[in-house]
Amino acid sequence: GKKEYDLLVIGGGSGGLACAKEAAQFGRKVAVLDYVEPSPQGTKWGLGGTCVNVGCIPKKLMHQAALLGSALKDARHYGWSIAQPVHHTWSVMAQAVQNYVKSLNWGHRVQLQDKKVKYFNMKGSFSDPYTIRGLTKAGKETTVTAENIVIATGGRPKYPTHIAGALEYGITSDDLFWLKESPGKTPLIYYSFILHLYEIVVYISLTDASQDVSLECAGFLTGIGLDTTVMMRSIPLRGFDQQYFFSPTEQQMASLVTEHMESYGTKFLKRCFPTKVEKLESNRLQVTWKNTNLGTEESESFDTVMWAVGRAPDTGTLNLEAIGVKTNSETGKIIVDASEATSVPHIYAVGDITEGRPELTPTAIAAGKLLAQRLFGQSSELMDYDNVPTTVFTPLEYGCVGLSEEAAVQRYGSDNIEVYHAYYKPLEFTVAERDATQCYMKMVCLREREQRILGLHFIGPNAGEVIQGFALGIKCGATYPQLMKTIGIHPTCAEEITKLHITKRSGLDATVTGC
Amino acid sequence: SVQAHKEDKPQKLLEMNGHTSAPHSYDYDLIVIGGGSGGLAAAKEAAKYEKKVMVLDFVTPTPLGSSWGLGGTCVNVGCIPKKLMHQAALLGQALQDSRKFGWQFTEEVKHNWMTMTESVQNYIGSLNWGYRVALREKKVTYENAYGEFVGPHTVKATNKRGVEKLYTAEKFLIATGERPRYLGIPGDKEYCISSDDLFSLPYCPGKTLVVGASYVALECAGFLAGLGLDVTVMVRSILLRGFDQDIANKIGEYMEEHGINFIREFVPIKVEQIEAGTPGRLKVTAKSTKGNQIFEGEYNTVLLAIGRDSCTRKIGLDKVGVKINEKTGKIPVNDEEQTNVPYIYAVGDILQDKLELTPVAIQAGRLLVRRLYAGATSKCDYVNVPTTVFTPLEYGACGYSEEAAVEKFGEENIEVYHSHFWPLEWTVPSRDNNKCYAKIICNIQDNERVIGFHVLGPNAGEVTQGFAAAIKCGLTKEQLDNTVGIHPVCAEV
Repeated sequence: GKKEYDLLVIGGGSGGLACAKEAAQFGRKVAVLDYVEPSPQGTKWGLGGTCVNVGCIPKKLMHQAALLGSALKDARHYGWSIAQPVHHTWSVMAQAVQNYVKSLNWGHRVQLQDKKVKYFNMKGSFSDPYTIRGLTKAGKETTVTAENIVIATGGRPKYPTHIAGALEYGITSDDLFWLKESPGKTPLIYYSFILHLYEIVVYISLTDASQDVSLECAGFLTGIGLDTTVMMRSIPLRGFDQQYFFSPTEQQMASLVTEHMESYGTKFLKRCFPTKVEKLESNRLQVTWKNTNLGTEESESFDTVMWAVGRAPDTGTLNLEAIGVKTNSETGKIIVDASEATSVPHIYAVGDITEGRPELTPTAIAAGKLLAQRLFGQSSELMDYDNVPTTVFTPLEYGCVGLSEEAAVQRYGSDNIEVYHAYYKPLEFTVAERDATQCYMKMVCLREREQRILGLHFIGPNAGEVIQGFALGIKCGATYPQLMKTIGIHPTCAEEITKLHITKRSGLDATVTGC
Repeated sequence: SVQAHKEDKPQKLLEMNGHTSAPHSYDYDLIVIGGGSGGLAAAKEAAKYEKKVMVLDFVTPTPLGSSWGLGGTCVNVGCIPKKLMHQAALLGQALQDSRKFGWQFTEEVKHNWMTMTESVQNYIGSLNWGYRVALREKKVTYENAYGEFVGPHTVKATNKRGVEKLYTAEKFLIATGERPRYLGIPGDKEYCISSDDLFSLPYCPGKTLVVGASYVALECAGFLAGLGLDVTVMVRSILLRGFDQDIANKIGEYMEEHGINFIREFVPIKVEQIEAGTPGRLKVTAKSTKGNQIFEGEYNTVLLAIGRDSCTRKIGLDKVGVKINEKTGKIPVNDEEQTNVPYIYAVGDILQDKLELTPVAIQAGRLLVRRLYAGATSKCDYVNVPTTVFTPLEYGACGYSEEAAVEKFGEENIEVYHSHFWPLEWTVPSRDNNKCYAKIICNIQDNERVIGFHVLGPNAGEVTQGFAAAIKCGLTKEQLDNTVGIHPVCAEV
């Protein structure tokens, strides 16, 4: 019979909201279901999904707080005198960040209202292919039917439940950004000896997507003065098959980023994995781990343990099996075709929940919008997942677009690619006497006549700003000669990209000298 | 090689060398007059091809006595110190922002001009040194001497002690750049400073009047205010002539809202000293361009930034027949940077109808030398050269301004897409939410090709660079729409 809605979106995050709002533009009857299951520690949040609440937004703001800490140090060299001591107070930052996030939650609700999209704060599951059963926090049930359904429920951080105490005592990124009080006890005194009053260990494992999360979090925690340790089972690298996940396949860039973090003050425990977490009388946490390098068992106490061992797709309670929506047996993610359709024709999926797609907000948004345009706007345009640019907001940022060096070698053979690279020093680092050892860029090109650019990688300040425009160029099929014809803007870091000319093949020193 | 120390020797030399096309043994393959961005790039490139090269560089001290080392305007009194002082000002802002992000320190934060200037000058010194070493390593002969033509294929180099030498070369490259213009009013040279003096000023400039509306004027006014100084800008007519006026006005508005005073439509007519000192006190009298109103004001420093004049009038160009534009002093060249005298070339700020930018000079210099000595054919591409103005709110641009696009293509044939944006980093410290702005101008008749890109916001230079590359690749609006943004950054807007 006639369904209540033209489109029902399950999941009010980046992809879901973009799709819903776009569909409403075509005058369709649209509804969005959004529900946040509290984390094991009890953290929850409002409308907007991971990005807004526990991802990109708070992450970048806290990263900015850390960068400002560096700016305070630099400022001295530029003539600013700031009386010591300089403190960082977590609660001031957290409050400011959380207030901003809440304003975004509010903004989204207002937008849905303005666009006449019905919003249900309910947890949805399929009763039949066209019917969703929604459950409120209080347990009240509502049934909603729709012609088209889009699943955009995203993912949630995994817990290493095989480790004793992991679930009870550890937090994840879901909790970190909402902590009211510092993950440690007392404020760190800047510029002085780092007291072990508070230390945080961030454990990461092999999984790719988590690597960025853990390094970004460890990065800003270090930057605001916390004694942070990152424990990892292996070295932060992975295989070739995830061509959408740049950092694990980019061995060189990953190690430059972590090298920088090490010199920045983050501690790394490599080739170690925790075996248990216990709570001490002092309320600190005792972590015991195996050091596979030395074959020993060690333990130490920390104030906070944060897990960043990957994200699991949030499909568990949707009841997908019963209605025939196929998922990938290994990852649990929903299998979709190029038009975002699942194995059930009128049911679609976008965002982190979909198999083989980058776990990025902008791709989810773009895919969601295009989907709505195809469903209701007579468009046939599919989402192009190639050459999606991205940035890891570690203390020294890493931005990239296109293929990693390894992926290019694998696809074309090392004889058929040319890698141009350079070590450079941002002008602003000179007077500030900052170490620029890991400021590096490389461009992977095809070697044959045209020399099309396959991938561009940049480590340095404002990496995202630098890469964005070049991503456009790559979309236009930019070639090395075209880049060389582009004149640089002086003085910037980005201009060094237009001057890349030393190849890895030549073995020459790739350090940029003065202009 | 021939070295003459007396006046009569050059005559003999000229007689010997003459104008014939028969091979001569010149002292050098190439002599570069001017050791700045363009000159040094060309010299170093030529040395790569085993050419015998000489660079003559000399800085005539400013009226107040400032001088500097090898490297030209960019390194010494341009891009480099400007960006560093701009950074100092940005850091001042960062200090304020940081409180909102949880950083706590005492309310009182002071800036020390000398600490900053010393650091900046030290860095510049290292660059001067670096250039000298680079030239030496590449076996390029460098002389700190004032070069001027005295006859065909011959220059006279005069060092600061007045010792003169003559040198001959098969080819010459003029890259003498420009120096700041003075107003030509009483007291200007005696009491006013220019950008040539500012970056090495051995005392804090204090309350400053900046005269001019060029990017030099606005950038300097911007960072001086950012360091806490009381700054006023006196503007004759419009801001940033030649740039997109819509954006120019937004830049001015932003500066005004952030504490910089503007006096519009006035020009100074005299500058008098009330009290000498470091800084002293100056009285400026200005007249309205629209009537008879007179303005009087007192400042510690008056910084003139009303334009720059090419250093082409006193280098003996008439002796070798190189034509210059008599009005502007600029040298017209063909698309291979060749002057009307076949063996004399020119690059950089002195070129007529070309952009006054370091990277352009470097690119032109390098490509020129490759054409001369390495059989290359590539010419410098002056189209779609990106640029950035480092005002407090930075402005990056590539391609046509809106006015220029309308004029060239007609209003009905262009589409302008625009958006205000609020950088995420500005949210928490509650900074302006409607000032950052981006616009692209598309040519409807050519597939909506992007012909103009403008962004007003933090890190505008970093943002603009990649877009410039994309525009070189013929970027269209559709391709722009299809490119996924990086989140959360300003550039994704």
